[in-house]
Parts: sequence; structure tokens; C-alpha cells
Amino acid sequence: MALIQEVDYGTPLGKSETMVTLTIDGQAVTVPAETSVMAAAMMMGTKIPKLCATDMLEAFGSCRLCLVEIEGRKGTPASCTTPVAAGMVVHTQTPRLADLRRGVMELYISDHPLDCLTCSANGDCELQDMAGDVGLRDVRYGYAGENHLEARTDASNPYFSFEDSKCIVCSRCVRACEEVQGTFALTIEGRGFDSRVSPGGTNFFGSECVSCGACVQACPTATLNEKSVISLGKPEHSVVTTCAYCGVGCSFKAEMKGSTVVRMVPYKDGKANEGHSCVKGRFAWGYATHKDRITTPMIRKKITDPWRVVSWEEAIDYAAKEFKRIQAQYGVDSIGGITSSRCTNEETFLVQKLVRAGFGNNNVDTCARVCHSPTGYGLKTTLGTSAGTQDFASVAHADVIVVIGANPTDGHPVFASRMKRRLREGARLIVIDPRRIDLVRSPHVTADYHLQLLPGTNVALINAIAHVVVTEGLVNEDYVRQRCELADFESWARFIADERHAPEAVEHLTGVRASDVRGATRLYARGGNAAIYYGLGVTEHSQGSTMVMGMANLAMATGNLGRIGVGVNPLRGQNNVQGSCDMGSFPHEFSGYRHVSDDATRNMFEALWNVPLKGEPGLRIPNMLDEAVDGRFKGLYIQGEDIAQSDPDTQHVTAGLRSMECVVIQDIFLNETAKYAHVFLPGSSFLEKDGTFTNAERRINRVRKVMSPLAGMADWEVTIALSNALGYEMSYAHPSEIMDEIARLTPTFAGVSYEKIEALGSVQWPCNDAAPHGTPTMHVDRFVRGKGKFMLTEFIPTEERTGPRFPLLLTTGRILSQYNVGAQTRRTENSRWHEEDVLEIHPFDAESRGVEDGDMVSLESRSGAIALRARISERMQPGVVYTTFHHAKTGANVVTTDYSDWATSCPEYKVTAVQVRRTNRMSDWQEKFLEEDRTLKRIETKLDAAE
Amino acid sequence: MADFSIVARKGSIAPEAELDQSSPIRILPGEKMSKSVRWDETRASEIIGAHASLDGAALPVLHALREEFGFIPDDAIPLVASALNLSRAEVHGVLTFYHDFRRAPPGRHILKLCRAEACQAMNAPILSRDLLAKLGIDWGETTPDGALTVEGAYCLGLCMCSPSGLYDGEPIGRLDAAKLEALIQEARRS
Repeated sequence: MALIQEVDYGTPLGKSETMVTLTIDGQAVTVPAETSVMAAAMMMGTKIPKLCATDMLEAFGSCRLCLVEIEGRKGTPASCTTPVAAGMVVHTQTPRLADLRRGVMELYISDHPLDCLTCSANGDCELQDMAGDVGLRDVRYGYAGENHLEARTDASNPYFSFEDSKCIVCSRCVRACEEVQGTFALTIEGRGFDSRVSPGGTNFFGSECVSCGACVQACPTATLNEKSVISLGKPEHSVVTTCAYCGVGCSFKAEMKGSTVVRMVPYKDGKANEGHSCVKGRFAWGYATHKDRITTPMIRKKITDPWRVVSWEEAIDYAAKEFKRIQAQYGVDSIGGITSSRCTNEETFLVQKLVRAGFGNNNVDTCARVCHSPTGYGLKTTLGTSAGTQDFASVAHADVIVVIGANPTDGHPVFASRMKRRLREGARLIVIDPRRIDLVRSPHVTADYHLQLLPGTNVALINAIAHVVVTEGLVNEDYVRQRCELADFESWARFIADERHAPEAVEHLTGVRASDVRGATRLYARGGNAAIYYGLGVTEHSQGSTMVMGMANLAMATGNLGRIGVGVNPLRGQNNVQGSCDMGSFPHEFSGYRHVSDDATRNMFEALWNVPLKGEPGLRIPNMLDEAVDGRFKGLYIQGEDIAQSDPDTQHVTAGLRSMECVVIQDIFLNETAKYAHVFLPGSSFLEKDGTFTNAERRINRVRKVMSPLAGMADWEVTIALSNALGYEMSYAHPSEIMDEIARLTPTFAGVSYEKIEALGSVQWPCNDAAPHGTPTMHVDRFVRGKGKFMLTEFIPTEERTGPRFPLLLTTGRILSQYNVGAQTRRTENSRWHEEDVLEIHPFDAESRGVEDGDMVSLESRSGAIALRARISERMQPGVVYTTFHHAKTGANVVTTDYSDWATSCPEYKVTAVQVRRTNRMSDWQEKFLEEDRTLKRIETKLDAAE
Repeated sequence: MADFSIVARKGSIAPEAELDQSSPIRILPGEKMSKSVRWDETRASEIIGAHASLDGAALPVLHALREEFGFIPDDAIPLVASALNLSRAEVHGVLTFYHDFRRAPPGRHILKLCRAEACQAMNAPILSRDLLAKLGIDWGETTPDGALTVEGAYCLGLCMCSPSGLYDGEPIGRLDAAKLEALIQEARRS
């Protein structure tokens, strides 16, 4: 295996449909108009020397190395800034050009350290390459002149260093930060010979830098280099794989030295990210080999016993025997399984197969229950399938972007960069969020409208928007007549036109000025292509499903579905939320969202799996826990999930877990849930297995193994072993065989195979005979359900209300550097950006409670209380507080309640009535947590065993 | 055209002629007297707000701040960035590009010495080097007693009477050690 070398065309390729033929070095080449001469040359394999150009960035024309001669034109134009023209005759190598280029290189090298042999970029340095290409043999100016060789290195960023003395001031990093990432954290300081790259006069860590790595990737020298490369040296081979963090699903080259990851470099051919990355995927992968990894199976009789390290056989055998005993004692339905959106499609598919075929019930659910289950329900009901309607690239064609209950710059940074690029090009922006998220106003981005609603009033607001659409004549009647069920539309229009939905009528509920609602609605309906992007701020409510349908109604009514640039798009939280849902992880659905009661579907599964299957839905996660507390549910197999931290009302979750007799945890770390487990099966990280993840745009991306599973078995192999031990035979030699079975059983996946993914790079479902290359845009000529169905969306306020005891509303979310329960990111240097969860509170609410910035405060709801530090923030509106749930010891979900979406039981994380007051001690729960962190996580040492 | 072999400051050091007020050198962005006011964030925000709606507001805003306070401290950067919706780095980049956006309060008087080619040919480098050494400061710095700030200039259009400079905005030609010494004394007196 070798290091993958991606072609760098030097500038972006022209997007024009018109083709132009020119001659370069005597050879004719035909390229799209607007392509640069440099890129055209590279398309035929001719490398023109360059330093400031790279195809992730627009041409800049500063390094003067890429000069060419063009017949009939004066001088030596820069090939990067010169577009091709028909009939153009270009010479890239002439004696005159050679002289010029050598002269330029002499100037560069006269102010550059000559330590190539010991330089961290040795062998991976464009400056070095160019010196070779132009035949630099001497520097006539000498090296004793004024120079920057003493410039200080800035190593403040945990992942990369900035070695200023090696900088040639090509501005690639500055432009990458602006054009690719959109943060503008870098600049050129000073001028003339004093010009230096600067993160704004401070060091990198203290600057606006978000550590996405775009500058490091753009740097042609050792100036910006990964610390891992500095310490390990150049990688020797690379494997393309998919990031295991958020639902953007970025493609990366894992650059390796043997089985050690040297760095993760975003892959330009990856369709989801097109060569960009964020701090998590790019740098925060060290958790995969962290010392906390548990790599041996363990069992224990009681959760208060210390864990006993055992062999795989013993652990699997013990788990299988326990499950069989429990089923014999308490009935077939007394056990279940939970699949993970962190695991691959193939692994998820196997877990639900194990539950349905091996356990003999439908008690399988997935963590999407607590995030995007309302998306499934809402979009399936209205449009016909549970998925986002667009690919990510579609946002580049949107004219109006609506972001609802999502914080893309923190949660989905790489997609946010795409979105911000489009906004800088002039697209308009409407943000609907209780908090002033960064997109509302950050360098070069300003929302036209920020509808800062009160948590829990989404549906009232979306109805008010729809009311304006219907009553102000903004309905796209042709579209509705052609594409939607007319009778449903008419009853919906009558419903929504009622005065009770008018912006003026709901102002007192939502807190949003009626004039803003009307203005935003007109912009959405009349502004051209309008695209909705939403997150858990939509779904995690008692009316989450209603809100999803409300957005679909709005998009249908205005004709914003079924083409590029529009749509209704969930931003999925985890890498494989889409996939885990697709794979039939729900108690009521087989893969491809087909109900278990559907005989034809069930018969097909029964025939292939050779076992009778139940036709009634099984238990959802919250029901499993309720049943456990009631003593009817006794055993649970959890693959790669940490419900004791991630699920709401922690004390109820742990009460449920404590009531069970056999909890089997399969995870890479001894997580919070493992405190209540009896069998621990070591999991494998995304680097240790083959498989696929499906991202938020329905894109099936390959996950490729770059090292052997640390514990000896990949997760899919563990499930197979457990199934076989239970007596239900599974046999797959490779995950590709599991995908073949998925394809055979799932119409939307019928055309999917590893072979096809290999050939196409990735594929977006539906992929079948009708769409052999997949489907970037859904619902193009007709909706999946045929005609779009308008649904009535009456606003019903949540029962969670503020009152004298709990006068504030808590809403929760996450931040850029940490990821979900933090199991991964807390075990990386990312914690330097976010060491603890804090409570954001408006100055007004803080002042009235005597709370100052940094004070410890108690955060209490009817579910429980925790203590954490306060951060006074104008992002909040008065009456609303916010925190994250990244740190187990903080216990944000001790406070959240058991209220949930009416249709899907998705918890209402986003609205909890709370009180905040100063405190000087941890809460009782937190003290107990620390105690149990010791008592329930003990692993028996050899000494213990001898006793 | 007036004779440029001058020291234009009225009644000061060896005046040889009055400066023609219509001379093009009047458009130099000189300062009559060095003005430096204590940094005041509220006042700064008012000034920024007054210019923020202009197209390409960064330069007008920075000019106005410089005009008001005589210098632009680091504290101005987040204010300007936030008002104009730019990154702090971008403002830093603009600010550091122009030497005239002085970063610290200047002395009571400002002497700009030309460092461009004609003056270089007429001994300016040695004159400046000696002056700075005598004052114990570097380019852009102020004497410890706060009397004088010495800054470089890159051609004042006074090449025919090189080496030249500006003292509190007034052009001075044919500089030599004696004239500079007189200027220092003058600066320390007032």
C-alpha cells in the first residue's frame, strides 16, 4: 500500500458547460471555459511550478513561479490567474521561464532555513519540490541578508505548530481560513518584508481559530504542520475512510505508519466534505488508542462486584446463558437490544437481526429514538420517506437558507462552512433558535432574521409562518395542485388560515415579533430557492414530530421540494444516525422503514432468516426502562451506546438498569452505562473494522479498517458470536456479505454493494434499478409516497411549564470541540477548549440571582439537581438558560425530564423548567456519582483474584 | 514655486523662507501638533458607530479613531471587529498594514524622517541612526520623557532638499545633525 497522492490542479476547475480547446506545450487539450491555464495543464498531466496556488482555493497570483508564455501575448502571465481561451498556445517550459523561476526561488530560499534534512516536512514540502523542479543550485544573494530565521514558533495549538521562520507568506493558510472554513482567523500582519502570517496578533490557541486544519493542509512548507507528523515522521501509506463523529460523514485519508495513525487528512474526493474537515475528525482521533480503552472481555454477577477479566468465549457464553435463563424465567419479551448510531450499518443490521431472530422479539431500538425519531415519523408521513431531501452540495444553490434548532458551526462544522460560503455569496439567512448562535452574526455572515423564540413554541411559530404563506397569497398553487393531495391541502389551508395562527395572535406565546415573522415568511416564500436545515431543536420536543410535519407543509406549500437548492434537511447528530434508522433498528420497522406488521415484508425476512418473526412492534428504549423498573424487563444488549449519560432523566435510566439481571455492554470504554452492566464486551473503533456509515444526505460511505481490532474482534464479529452462542446461527466472512443481505431485503438498498461503493466512491440511497447510481435529490418528479400530504399541526403547549419553583427554561446542546457524551473527545486535547460543562445565563437572570460569571450554581428541575459553573452570556434571552451534556460528572441529564414527543417518544431535552441559584457544593447526585465512579467501575486485580 | 530649502515652522529654527501654503505637500497627512487622548471605550464605540454603515468602513473607522485618540490600542480591535462584523484578525491585518495607525500614544511632538531613496543618498540613514542612538529609541518609539516620537516616512516629496522630515506636520528640508539637535531641544521645551 502506498500513500494516496491526490492531484492538485492548482486552481478550481471551471464549472462552465462550454468547452474550450487550447494548446499547451504542443498538445491540444479541451477543458471547460473559465478553467485556469494552470489547471488545464494539470488536466493533461503537466505540472506548472507553483507555490501560492492549490485547487481548494481561488487563484491568487502572488508567488510568480507559475509564469508561462502565451503566443501573441506580452510578458509572462501567471498561469493560475489566466483563464483559458480558444486557440490559445501556451508554453510552460522555456529558457526565459526557467530563468525567471529560478530567480524567484533564489529570493525565497535566501530567507528560508536550510535544514531540509531535519525538517518535519522533509519529503512532503512543495518549496523543496519547487527548488528541485526549477533546478536551484545556488542563491546569488547569499543567506546573510535580513531574514526571518529567528522568528518564533507558536506551538500553542495542541495539534499543530506554526513555525514562522519557515513561512514564505504565500497566504494559502489565510485564504484557506477565509474561503474554505469561513472563520477569517488568520491575516497577514504588517507589510513589505515585515509581512507575516498572524492569527490576529495573539497565539493560535488564544485566537479566533477553530482548529479545523484547513490552514495546515494548505501550507506548502513545514510552517503549519501536524505535531503528530513532527513527532512520528512522514506516513508511508494511507487508507480512505469515513469520520466517526457527526452526521456530515467526512471522508478522510488515514495516513499511517504501519498500524499507527500519523494523521487524518480530509479527502478531496469525499463528496460530503470535498477536502474540508473540523477539529474533531481532523485531530481528535487519539481516543481510539487511549489508555482507557478496555480490550479484554469482563463479567460480574452483581454490579457491586469488581469486574473479572475473562476470555471472549467465557464472556459470550455467560451472556448467552443469562439471556436464555432470563427468557425462560420471565418470558421471551423480557430482553432486548439497543443498536448504536456510532456503529456501522452492517453492525446495526446484525444487532436488530439478533434481537428479532435470536431473541425472538422486536425489542430493538436505537439512540435515534432520542434524537431524530420525529424526523422519521414526520417526513415519512408527509413526503413518504424518513430522510433529508438533498445532498450537502445543494446548499450552494439555495437563495434563502432557514436554520431551525440547529447550530451548524458547532454541531456540523464542515457543512456550516459550505453554508457560510453560500451566505458570503449573497444567500439570505433566517435563523429560528432560542439562542443567538454564531450564524446569527459572525464575521461576514449576518442573519436577515433571527426569530428568537421561547423554547417549546416551535409549532406555534411554524404555524404562524404557514398562516402568512396562506393568507398573503404566497402559496405556490401550481406546485401544490400538481404534487400534493389537494383535499389534504385544502383542509390544511382552512386550518392554518384561522386567525388563531396569525403571527400577531401567537406573539405572546413565541415571544417573536409578528412583523419579523411576516418579513421572514415573505423572504422564505419569495426569495428564490429556499432550503430548511434543522437539528434537534426541532425534534427533541413534546411536539417534535408535529414540527417536522409543519416544516414539510411549509416547503410543499411554497414549492420548495424536489429540486437542487431547496428541501427539508435534518442535520444528523451522529455519524450513522441515518444508517441505524435505515437498518431497521426500530421496534416497529424492518430495514427500509417497513412496518413489522406488513406480512409481505415479514415473510421475506422470515424466508431468508429461516425463523418466524413477530408482527407486533416491540419496546422502545423508554418503555424498556419503564418495564425494567416494573420488574418485567430483565436483560439488555447495548452496542456502543451510553444511555446512562445521554438519555434524559438519568436517575430513571439508572433505576431501570439497576433492575435488570443481565446488562451486556459492548463499548470501547467502560462508559457510564457499564457501571450497571454484568458483561462487558470490548468494542472496536472505526479504525479497526470494515463497514459503511450513512450520513445525513443518505450517502453510504465506506469505513475501512486501518488497524486490527485492539480486543481481537470487530463489533460485527462479536454480535455474530453472541448470536451463535444463543443458538441462532449467523455466518458472514466479511461485512460486505452483510451489506449484500441488506440489499437483498431492502428495496431502497437493492443496488448497493461494496463493489459499487468502491467504483463510485459513495452512493446515496435510494439506490436500485430505478436509480442505479443513487439519488442525490429526493422527490424530484413525485414524492416517495406519491402525492405530498399536508398534515394538520395544532400547537399544543408542553406540559413542562415554568412556575414559581422553576421559573427558567433550560435548553441543552453541544459545542464545537466536544462530541455528545464526550467519551471520545474528552480523551483528546479537545478538552483544552472545553474543560467542563457550564450554564449559560442572561445577565438579567444572573443579576437578579446574585450570580457572577464563573460562580458555581445549582441547576434544579423536578427531576433532579446538579451544580456547575455559570457563564453570563448575551447569547441567551432572559428566562432561558443553556448547557451542554459532554461531561458525565456534570450530569446535565439528571435535570432533564421524562416528557417526550407524542408520536415517537423522543425526549423533550430542549425544554425543562428549572431554577438556578448560587451554591458552594456539588449536588447529591454528583456526590453519589463520584462515589459510584469508584465502587461500580472496579476491575479485579490479580491480587484480588488470588484471595 | 516656493523655494523648498526651508524650515517652515514660523519663528523657529533658522527659517529660510515661508512655505507656499498652496504647495502640494500640504496634502500630506501630517499632524499639526501631536494629539493623544486617553482611550475611552464608550467614545470609541460612538465613533465606530458613526462610520460603521459606510461601504468599506474599516479604514474610515480607523482613521476616525486615530484622529480622536492619536493612536489605536489593541482594545479597539474587538470593538471595530464586532461593529463591522469582521474577524479580529482582519482588523489586526488592516491596522498593522498602515504605519500611521499608531498603536501606542505618541510623545508630545512627532518627528518623521524620510527613509526613501533620495534622502538615503543624502546621508539620511546615518543622521537617523545617530539621532535614534542619541535618544535611545528605535523607529516608531517615544523618548522616555514623552517629548518626542520618531517615525519613518517613505518620501515626503521633498527630494530636492533631502534629507527631509516633518516636525509636527511641518516640512523641514536639508536636515543635518545641528538641526536635529535643535529640534530635540525644542521638543523637550514644550
